[in-house]
Amino acid sequence: MDNDFTQISRRRFAAGFALGSVALALPLPLRALTVDEARALVDKAVGDINKVINSGKSETAMYGDFERIFSKYSDVAVIARSALGPAAKSASSGQMNAFTKAYQGYISRKYGRRFREFIGGTIEVTGAQPVKSYYEVISVAHLKGEAPFDLRWHVSDKSGRNLFFNIIIEGVNMLASERAEIGAMLDKRKGDLDALIGDLKSA
Amino acid sequence: MKLSIPLLSAPYRAFSLVILAGLAACGPAPAPQGINDPYETENRATHAFNVALDRNILKPLSSGMGGGPVSTGIGNFADNLGTPGDVVNNLLQVRLGRATHNTLRFAINSTIGLGGIFDPATAMGVTEKKTDFGETLHVWGVEEGAYVELPLLGPSTQRDALGSVVDLALDPMNYLLPRPESYVGTMAKLAAKLGDRGRYSATVDSILYDSADSYIQARLLYLQNRRYELGQTSGESASFEDPYEDPYGQ
Repeated sequence: MDNDFTQISRRRFAAGFALGSVALALPLPLRALTVDEARALVDKAVGDINKVINSGKSETAMYGDFERIFSKYSDVAVIARSALGPAAKSASSGQMNAFTKAYQGYISRKYGRRFREFIGGTIEVTGAQPVKSYYEVISVAHLKGEAPFDLRWHVSDKSGRNLFFNIIIEGVNMLASERAEIGAMLDKRKGDLDALIGDLKSA
Repeated sequence: MKLSIPLLSAPYRAFSLVILAGLAACGPAPAPQGINDPYETENRATHAFNVALDRNILKPLSSGMGGGPVSTGIGNFADNLGTPGDVVNNLLQVRLGRATHNTLRFAINSTIGLGGIFDPATAMGVTEKKTDFGETLHVWGVEEGAYVELPLLGPSTQRDALGSVVDLALDPMNYLLPRPESYVGTMAKLAAKLGDRGRYSATVDSILYDSADSYIQARLLYLQNRRYELGQTSGESASFEDPYEDPYGQ
């Protein structure tokens, strides 16, 4: 049973996404980004995550903390637009605002649920490189009892600030995965964006 | 390139070094892009079967498993039994460094690791480097082919499905161990799978039960991760995604 679902799950996608989301959730000085600076930023982020995890707060309260970090340091508008895919073209600006807001809460809860899985984990930044129009920070994630895995963050300043917009875990691309998921959710609702927005709020 | 059928039916005799060198010289197939799934209808039927199997058997059986020392020991034992098969594939891939690495790993864990129950090799820096015949085919230049979801085995491709079959035939443990003992290995591998299912239950559940379309998620995860494992996504092309240039995606 080599290609079982458990094989996929080994890679700890959701946990890695959540960890990476917060870890990159710091404004990076792109022009002068060095490995040392990136490592310091990620270390600080991991420290912040652990603070939240070990705060003894309820899981629901931790979602709130994660959402605040996510909204502050990632380009939520662009991530949401990309996740919505082609449907974003026909959406009104009011719908886009509502979707972005609902999506932000949804993704915080979705990945926030996995937080406890990386208690005691560390991330080691090994490099940073420009890729076409953005920067890629390369790192290795060490989770307790897991083989180390490759975690990459994509950071751009196109929004006017340095924000992250994608995470790649052992080749698996968060934006692509989110777009597939949101697309399937929209299909299930026969393309009704308002219905999707309403359901995302409680998903 | 073409794989001749006798090569597959009599793997040990046919793989002379000359053939190997020739095959290896072909080089890996070009990196695939996108998703090639002409059998989606059939695949979705298999997926429904796999999910039902998981829901009714694997998930209940594995609940509470994983993470404990017994489960870890079983996992180590099963992994160790799979290592000679990795070495065979490393040789077929003409990756002699990796073949040596895996041989050393098998030697350490089979002895100091008390028959593979413990994994001292990892602590010594000789970490797990798994491979399979699907990767060997890739090294020989065989392309990925269409996406297929296999019963029990889950997501795969035409190339990797063939690889899974050949791996069963290639595994030296099937030949070296006498009958009753070799069943122990099979049982250990199945138990290890259950242990993995228990240990990663949150992740598996999120893919199979929490996503709007678990078939699409499983397919995407498998293809992207497999291409990454085979070194087809290194560099900027495959994971390239710039929502600022194309905010609506493809």
